[in-house]
Amino acid sequence: MVRKAATKKASKKSNAPQLTKEDDLYAYKEMLLIRRFEEKAGQMYGMGLIGGFCHLYIGQEAVVTGIHMASKEGDQSITSYRDHGHMLVVGIDPKGVMAELTGGKDGLSKGKGGSMHMFSKEKHFYGGNGIVGAQVSLGTGLAFANKYRGDDNVSLVYFGDGAVNQGQVYESFNMAKLWDLPVVYIIENNRYAMGTSLERGSAQTDLYKRGESFGIQGEQVDGMDIRFVREAAARAIEHARSGKGPYILEMMTYRYRGHSMSDPAKYRSRDEVSTMRAERDPIEQVKARILESKFASEDELKLIEKEVRAVVVEAADFATNSEQPDASELYTDITINDVQE
Amino acid sequence: MSIEILMPALSPTMEEGNLAKWLVKEGDSVTSGDIIAEIETDKATMEVEAVDEGIIGKILVAEGSKGVKVNAPIAVLIEEGESVGDIDKVKPEPVSAPLPEPVEGREQANSAPTFTPANDPDLPDDVEMVEITVRQALNEAMAEEMRSDGDIFIMGEEVAQYQGAYKITQGLLDEFGEKRVIDTPITEHGFAGIGVGAAFAGLKPIVEFMTFNFAMQAIDHIINSAAKQLYMSGGQVNAPIVFRGANGPASRVGAQHSQDFSSWYAQVPGLIVIAPYSAADAKGLLKAAIRSPNPVVFLENELLYGVEFEVPKLDNFVLPIGKARIVRQGADVTIVSYSMGMKYASDATEKLVAAGVDVELIDLRTLRPLDMETVLTSVKKTGRCVIVEEGWPTCSIASEVSAQIMEQAFDYLDAPVMRISGKDVPMPYAANLEKLALPNADEVVAAVNAVTYRS
Repeated sequence: MVRKAATKKASKKSNAPQLTKEDDLYAYKEMLLIRRFEEKAGQMYGMGLIGGFCHLYIGQEAVVTGIHMASKEGDQSITSYRDHGHMLVVGIDPKGVMAELTGGKDGLSKGKGGSMHMFSKEKHFYGGNGIVGAQVSLGTGLAFANKYRGDDNVSLVYFGDGAVNQGQVYESFNMAKLWDLPVVYIIENNRYAMGTSLERGSAQTDLYKRGESFGIQGEQVDGMDIRFVREAAARAIEHARSGKGPYILEMMTYRYRGHSMSDPAKYRSRDEVSTMRAERDPIEQVKARILESKFASEDELKLIEKEVRAVVVEAADFATNSEQPDASELYTDITINDVQE
Repeated sequence: MSIEILMPALSPTMEEGNLAKWLVKEGDSVTSGDIIAEIETDKATMEVEAVDEGIIGKILVAEGSKGVKVNAPIAVLIEEGESVGDIDKVKPEPVSAPLPEPVEGREQANSAPTFTPANDPDLPDDVEMVEITVRQALNEAMAEEMRSDGDIFIMGEEVAQYQGAYKITQGLLDEFGEKRVIDTPITEHGFAGIGVGAAFAGLKPIVEFMTFNFAMQAIDHIINSAAKQLYMSGGQVNAPIVFRGANGPASRVGAQHSQDFSSWYAQVPGLIVIAPYSAADAKGLLKAAIRSPNPVVFLENELLYGVEFEVPKLDNFVLPIGKARIVRQGADVTIVSYSMGMKYASDATEKLVAAGVDVELIDLRTLRPLDMETVLTSVKKTGRCVIVEEGWPTCSIASEVSAQIMEQAFDYLDAPVMRISGKDVPMPYAANLEKLALPNADEVVAAVNAVTYRS
């Protein structure tokens, strides 16, 4: 089913699933945390505190937040290099993430991974992958482990409209359906694979249909409206959890920033970006709804904003003050030397 | 409180840029995300977004300015209610932390850890030795390990119902069932990735490649996903996985099916690389590989699968990873080899010993970590070394061993170290050319004669 973009007045749309007050407020706060965190990361990159590649998630916040709201403890997630939001939403400490961005010893990977390579076994987050499409096979492997162990966890595999043209995606689709693995493939279609628009790179642009020849059900979802994201995610995750195998969600979303910090994004018009921001922003949609439903007042929302800013400032300060890893870390964590006898 | 807007770095390498254009003027209100200026770098013109909300209080760098250093203040943002006049009175909030100082002799990385492997276990005096093929040894190793650990499973093409393209997995499906012995489609990239993902989640996959030629489809997951994972995660996530299968030239199968990948994998930090020759080493080291918490590339050789060797009949015969085997002790010359190279080296040793040359023969067995200690001790004794392998000569295992001998035992050498390798050509099909492309025992004998100045 194709759902068109919702606008700020989405709450009046009759077919939109409703969120409770708690859910709306939770979504607002989570998405705002990602937004402010990413803005701060962009700022710190500009100051030279963050090096290398840095891919920001601004604009796509509803996708990961809505999926997370429909998942349960124990479900794994794995994504590409645009991974900061995916970590924040599963509850990984923003301080550890930001300190990894600055290459500090207190970073999630002790400063040895960087923006694209962070992991948390505790939060079942498996990266953070720098190779486009690799996470699709790896995430299918996580689902394989779930089925092997007979637990009821589902692997949530995020990838973009660029990765969908990698061969291993289809190798994975095939085996996931062949073995009915508990995996949900979430295609974050932000319309540009770096600088190549979907139409210029894909012969078939309805990405939710990419699993059809394997018998994998898919649907296209308004990824800017968290209500639709969460509803579709609940359906997809239940499908996978109940043993029916993989499911594809094509999330129609948009990134406001360039592909990475050094991308001037000249391949799209300024109008396109500002129209998205003005009319479809995922956070503004929730905010408008909260105010309209009187779930909270402007002042109460300002308080949330203030709390979120404080978390981000704390993370930035922590990261800025995190020392570089000790030189002795150069040769650690390469292999585990104690062979079990 | 006023905030300085700094000249941003817009790429990993940018140090300065030109302020091409201001899109706001003093007194304008901005919110986070608004484009405020355009900056030219050597690569592109970039837009600068405001990252805070406020009023442009003062523009410090005029448009058209060239060579503006990264982190130089270009404007000042003030809050509602503040006036431009407040800027000087209000001490700007320090937004820029000092950049990390360059590392210049300030700290030294400790040297790479040296790996000290255990010695081979002492065999009981009354141990029974049985003659089995390499194939059977590999099969027993997997079956024994799978019996004791339910997290171990094997996946690959034709490993289950067909009983293995080379029959290495014969009988495993019957004993362990289809949950643990899994036929995959012909899809190396995909199932290697699935295997690595399952290993991240704590299972212990054995991924069989029908041959390592096809692992080229999957090498991204072996190197980028498996080998680097522990390091990239700061020690959090390891990948206990074995990638195994036939490696090296087979017989008359042409260029795409005849290649030794030993040095490719041995170059990669994070991997363990094992290439056994004998059945006993194949068994003991495959068991060790399966128990290893690290990703292991286990390189077998198709032509050795059917060859019989003596293997101790023990319930728990595990050999140490990273330990070379001194196959024959001698005083005149050291011959170092591994995998199928050991066949040429052994044949040559037989001839040389018959001719009165006291050869010390070393089988590396593990290629990463390399047991250079054993090699160096030997070379310091003999003063001469010949290295034998089937792989191409450029950047080969022999090249590495030779370089390390030069660095660490130069003064002990009485002759240059020599390499006998596969020839530097794609593998030809014609029988005579194929023979010419591979090393042989006579070449090894000639090299030994050369370094012992007997020719």
